[in-house]
Amino acid sequence: MADVLTKPFRRRATPMNLRLWLPLVWIAVVAAAALFAPFIAPHDPLAQDLMLERLPPAFMDGSEPGHWLGTDSLGRDVLSRMIYGARIALFVSLIAATATCIFGSTLGLIAGFYGGWPDRIISRLVDIWMAFPPVLFAVLLVAVMGTGLGSVIAAIALIDWTRFARVIRAETMVQARMDYVDSARIGGARRAATLVSEILPNVLPSIIALLMLEMGIAVIVEAILSFVNLSISSDDPTWGSMIAEGRGSIHFAWWVLLFPLITLFLTVLSFSTLGEGLKQHFDPVHK
Amino acid sequence: MLAKTILIRLLSTAVTLFGVAVVVFTLIRVAPGNPISMMLPPGATQEDIANLNALYGFDKSLPEQFVIWLGGVLHGDFGTSITLRRPVSELVLGRLPATLELSVMALTIAVALGGFVAVIGARKRGTATEVGLDLTSGAVLSIPDFLWGLVFVLLFGVLWPILSISGRIDPRIDFDFTTNFYLIEGVLRGRFDVVGSTLSHMLMPAMSLALPLAAMIAQLLKQNLKEVLVQDYTTLARVRGFSETSVILREALRNAALPTIALIGVQFTFLIGGTVIVERLFAYEGLGNMAIDAVINRDLPLVQGIVLLFAALFTVINLLVDLSYTFLNPRLRNG
Repeated sequence: MADVLTKPFRRRATPMNLRLWLPLVWIAVVAAAALFAPFIAPHDPLAQDLMLERLPPAFMDGSEPGHWLGTDSLGRDVLSRMIYGARIALFVSLIAATATCIFGSTLGLIAGFYGGWPDRIISRLVDIWMAFPPVLFAVLLVAVMGTGLGSVIAAIALIDWTRFARVIRAETMVQARMDYVDSARIGGARRAATLVSEILPNVLPSIIALLMLEMGIAVIVEAILSFVNLSISSDDPTWGSMIAEGRGSIHFAWWVLLFPLITLFLTVLSFSTLGEGLKQHFDPVHK
Repeated sequence: MLAKTILIRLLSTAVTLFGVAVVVFTLIRVAPGNPISMMLPPGATQEDIANLNALYGFDKSLPEQFVIWLGGVLHGDFGTSITLRRPVSELVLGRLPATLELSVMALTIAVALGGFVAVIGARKRGTATEVGLDLTSGAVLSIPDFLWGLVFVLLFGVLWPILSISGRIDPRIDFDFTTNFYLIEGVLRGRFDVVGSTLSHMLMPAMSLALPLAAMIAQLLKQNLKEVLVQDYTTLARVRGFSETSVILREALRNAALPTIALIGVQFTFLIGGTVIVERLFAYEGLGNMAIDAVINRDLPLVQGIVLLFAALFTVINLLVDLSYTFLNPRLRNG
């Protein structure tokens, strides 16, 4: 009996598992690098050594033992900076994506469930927000709030909430018309209670999938803001500031750009594959 | 009925634009740092400061400043740039052609590339090729333009340096432009060195902007093509002896394209928004690059002007997309 129940389920789950596993493994690697940075990093990420500037990675001629991925134009170790950069990237993506998610989903739930004036105001705000080029908006907000990680996180939440608000509003509107909402109401539940205990659990899969996507976006936004020198101080090891430095010295030391770029690429791809994978995983139509 | 729909959409667009103006104005006025102090030479007197404040209207109350500013904007007067000391409208309109050429080029590449991949995918449906294309487009669309730009810088700027990685045109080219549409003017006046140099500078940023959209088009269009290809009239075309490829191109494409056209319309504004960082990355002299400089230099009138122009561009494009969609889809015409 148990065999009959589990067998087809397991078979269907296999290809999906690979799509969830690969990104999870990469994110785990980045998370481990972030957590244990002081123990893993071969060098101090801030230590400059002008005698060792622009050393190529270990597999090339002229490399120096111990500097596996080479050094940048101030002689700082690329690998160590990347490992410490994972801390900032994951910190920003976790906090910013969660804040964006809570802010945007709340507004989306309210707009979709109550309709009327709350919906009109929130939808109008979304329209206005969508009329800004997001990168310019982010740069403007950080310039207004002053540079620093706090500003970067606030800017992401203040710009990207529309992504959650739009999707969750639409989904809430669909759910609010379902019979189970009516029966909860007939059963005497208050409207706010219905929203939290009946509708929220049903839109939660979408919220989680969007949250994953947003974590990837947050990593990129932080990198972009570092790139235009508006994140934290340009000495601090962020992937974005490494990329900016690499872009500047591209004709002398391409590795300063290449390695952080690969890391950023894989991280963003992992978050978005995970988000897409979860979305399909939760979606009954795809099962 | 249609006229009423258009009127409502126009009013809604106006309200959105007014909202944008309020947000930009508020943001910029709460920004710390006094732009006036940056313009003054050392040893300026209190009187000089007051004069400049009066000149730029900073001595009035915020609502007053907003009304004065909005009144100017409605008359086409966006103020004077603090750092460049020229009218904002002149600066912004001078840069707009560069951004428009880049965006339209990117859009063209996205449609051509995405359409091509969609047709191949539909032609090879059910094979490993289709699965491979699906996986590739899935990965391509989740990587944003900024990262594609960096990938291209490494590939075609360093590894195989065949394209230019910064600027808009080779500064050594001697050509007296009458407009700022370098590419169009080069083509019209038959100067192929100008066209070649412009393209060599534009191709990488345009490709970076185009790739994610191309992947989206490839996925959606292929899906719709596959749905159309099982319908009776395509079977009829096959029975009449048309090859599968010509069934797709002659019969299916026209009927499967509507959702893709809607997608392109919506995504075009996102693409234009992407020009800001991509222009920065390639030091391309467009609006976005100027905007980032303006923010960093706290050039408030210039920032306001650029953001407002972008917002106007976005809302107008969205309006046109909505209207053309209503027009193209007969079912919505009376809605």
